[in-house]
Amino acid sequence: MAKTVIVSCGTGIATSTVAAKAIEEACKAAGISVMTKQCKGQEIPELLKQGADLIVTTSTLRFDPGIPVVKGLAFLTGIGIDAVVEEILGHLRDE
Amino acid sequence: MAQDKKIMKIADFLCEEAVILDLEASNFEEVIRVLGGKLRDQGFVKDDFVEAALERERNLPTGLPLGGDYNAAIPHVDIEYVNKPALGLATLKRDVVFYNMVESDEEVPCRLIIMLALEQPKSQVEMLQSVAAVLQNPETIRSLVNAKTREEVFTILS
Repeated sequence: MAKTVIVSCGTGIATSTVAAKAIEEACKAAGISVMTKQCKGQEIPELLKQGADLIVTTSTLRFDPGIPVVKGLAFLTGIGIDAVVEEILGHLRDE
Repeated sequence: MAQDKKIMKIADFLCEEAVILDLEASNFEEVIRVLGGKLRDQGFVKDDFVEAALERERNLPTGLPLGGDYNAAIPHVDIEYVNKPALGLATLKRDVVFYNMVESDEEVPCRLIIMLALEQPKSQVEMLQSVAAVLQNPETIRSLVNAKTREEVFTILS
C-alpha cells in the first residue's frame, strides 16, 4: 500500500512543492510507493484525520502531530540532504 | 545541461526593477518593504502583498542557513496577493537578521534575499527548483552578493 507523506510549508505551495517533488523522486528510486499531500502547517490536523505515515515540513511546527516529523529544509539548502532523505525513507520502509 | 536550463528560468522571472544591489537595511521589515514595493510598482503583486509578506515573515519566517559565507531568505506569501509570477532579488550591504524557516526562534543573518511572487506553483516547480539550485551553490551565492550591476545578476542567473 502506498505510504502517505504530508509535506507542509508556510503557504502550502512554495517550498513544499520542491520538497514533495524530491520526496517522490527519492521514494521512486528506492522502490517505495508514496503519495504526497501538500499543505500549510496549520492544515496538518485536518489532513491527519485521513491518515498519514510521515510529515515533512519546511516551516516551523508549533504542535505535536503524533506521527514522525522530518525537517525538510535540506531540500532547499542541500545541507545534509542525504541524511534527510535516508531518514524519510527509513520512516517509510516496511519493517 | 539540465541544470543550465533550470537556472535560465530564474532570469526569465526576475523583475529588473526589483533587482536591488547593496541595499542598506537595518531589519527584515525594511528589506521586504523595498523589494515588495518594487514588485507592486511594476504590477506583479497586489497592494496588500507587502503587508501580507511582513505578516508571514513575522509568523513563519523564510531565512535559510546555507552553511557558507552568506545566508539567504526567500520571503513569499499566498498566491492571492499575486497578479503575475515574478522574482525580486536584493543583495544587502550588511547582514540583516531573518529567522530560520524551520526553527523560527533561530536568527539567520542574511545577505541575499530572493522574493518569490508565485501564482501557480505547480507550473512553477522548475522555477522553484532553480531557486533551490542557486541556494545550494556557494559560488553562485558569492557571485550574486558581489555583483555590482543588474546585468551581472542576470548573467549569473542566465
